[in-house]
Amino acid sequence: MCGQILNMTQITKTYVMGEEEQVVLNNINLTVNKGDFVAILGPSGSGKSTLMNIIGCLDSPTSGDYYLSNQKVDELDEASLAAIRNKEVGFIFQQFQLLPRLNAIQNVELPLVYARVQEKDRKQRAREMLGRVGLGEKLQNRPNQLSGGQQQRVAIARAMVTNPTILLADEPTGALDQKTGQQIMELFHELHEEGKTIIMITHDIEIAKNASRIVRILDGKLREEFTYV
Amino acid sequence: MFKENFKMSWMNLIHNKMRSFLTMLGIVIGVASIIALITIVKGAMDGMTSEFSSFGADKITVQAIGTPLKQGLLDSDIQKLSEIEDVAGVSPTLTGNTTVVYNGNEKKDVFVQGKNDVYFSKTKDLVETGRGINILDIDSENKVCLIGANIAEELFWGEDPIGKKMLVAGVTYTVIGTLHESSSFSDSSNNDAVIIPYTTSMSLLGTGYINNVDVFMSDANDSEKITSDIEAVLNQAFNYNKDGFTIINMQDMLSSINRVTTMMSLMLGGIASISLIVGGIGIMNMMLVSVTERTTEIGLRKALGAEPKRIQQQFLLEAVFLSLFGGTIGLLLGALIAYAVCFLIGASFALSVFTVVLAFGFSAAIGIIFGIAPARKASKLNPIDALRSV
Repeated sequence: MCGQILNMTQITKTYVMGEEEQVVLNNINLTVNKGDFVAILGPSGSGKSTLMNIIGCLDSPTSGDYYLSNQKVDELDEASLAAIRNKEVGFIFQQFQLLPRLNAIQNVELPLVYARVQEKDRKQRAREMLGRVGLGEKLQNRPNQLSGGQQQRVAIARAMVTNPTILLADEPTGALDQKTGQQIMELFHELHEEGKTIIMITHDIEIAKNASRIVRILDGKLREEFTYV
Repeated sequence: MFKENFKMSWMNLIHNKMRSFLTMLGIVIGVASIIALITIVKGAMDGMTSEFSSFGADKITVQAIGTPLKQGLLDSDIQKLSEIEDVAGVSPTLTGNTTVVYNGNEKKDVFVQGKNDVYFSKTKDLVETGRGINILDIDSENKVCLIGANIAEELFWGEDPIGKKMLVAGVTYTVIGTLHESSSFSDSSNNDAVIIPYTTSMSLLGTGYINNVDVFMSDANDSEKITSDIEAVLNQAFNYNKDGFTIINMQDMLSSINRVTTMMSLMLGGIASISLIVGGIGIMNMMLVSVTERTTEIGLRKALGAEPKRIQQQFLLEAVFLSLFGGTIGLLLGALIAYAVCFLIGASFALSVFTVVLAFGFSAAIGIIFGIAPARKASKLNPIDALRSV
């Protein structure tokens, strides 16, 4: 399929704990197409975080094949994985994970530093991206000078600045109040309409309903898959 | 990439000013003590070496107590010594104590030395006024003398002693010169001495034997060969009785002083490097704490695409910064201490390039050695665990 950018077949992840083998992900098959807005919905302990880590190339599966942008990524070494994360994945975390000592523009610049982009170019792109998320006036502010919603916007700008294949959001509204959370979701909708591919992990069905497609995960299995709208 | 890591490391050190400073202190003290100790020892030893050199690095001293049958060297032996290749001159010394009288003023137990013309031509700053002993005085056993500064003062009371007659052991001598007053320990004995031609001193002291000879070399580099030639002459003179003589080579003494200096420097430097190692452990400790504190940051950087190599470089740079910065401050502090101490003890102060390079090399090495383990730890952190530990 030409629009297919993420393809997982029979992904299994097991942890060995002493004598016991714990299966966290069990034969996961998942396909994401370009421009999808997918919510992975599941309660805590369902294996959704492990799935997110594997999607984001932070962890590798015990068995199964994983292709991201037509690259087989399940057997790459640390350095190559770092490059993939840098280029293909834009992470958005529940706790924003901004570096407190850097201002908004420096935080957004960071992935470009690791992509070896020249400083002038970096600043320019970071500035544009902050403007895109509505923080054009807050370029020099440090995280502690920004509200929660603003911090998450900086984090989104940081995730998008390398123009990654997928945006991978882990409970993006988890640390925000409902109103602010809804604003962030609106931003997600806008990005989706611009053609961004978004994968969002959440335990909240109401948040999940923002996505165009919901995948449920329970006890390490993708139980059902259906599409809203 | 390096520039960015450089900036990040620097920012982090600046952010933790107090902690960075305290961590650095170990290196500062270590480097300062190494620099100070080495420089002070070198200054003091240089002073000693030049003092020894003023004795004459170009001469070999022979002490001949002789055998019961022959209680010293004879004139003929002296002649043989002077014929050795590359020997510029030979200066025998005879010594004794006697009484000198001038104008009714008497001075007892005066140190009398018999010397020759070579001694006067080879020794700098010896004669203050008048002239030294020349070859004619030696050949004709003239009754002439030079007197030390103290004798001149005590017997002549400010009168010009040159040309005056004085009694040495009851015989009349003409004063031909005064000796340069010296405060350095090498020839302070001259202040109380009377020097006469050694040929004259033989009859004065009632002996034909010479117990002390300085052999001057025309080339100090040949000291080894000349020493063995001297030994051959002395073996012949004393019938291979090794107890009869001692050969003291200034060149040998200088090199053994240098050996001692080097050993002292190394030993003190070694002791001081212990504090440097302690400082290094301090850096390692702080870096480990820093890695633990910044687990989340490291995880995030990895998630954003930082390769393990880069994380390692960033933390290693921090450690090297700390130690190099500490090393620079230590160098300045150590030089200052050394300068002050050298000034106080009157030694010469010279900060050698070697010492500076040593200080920098040492502190950079300490930074790398003690920074590598924490940096590797940081680079190996699993980003998942790192991000979870919020």
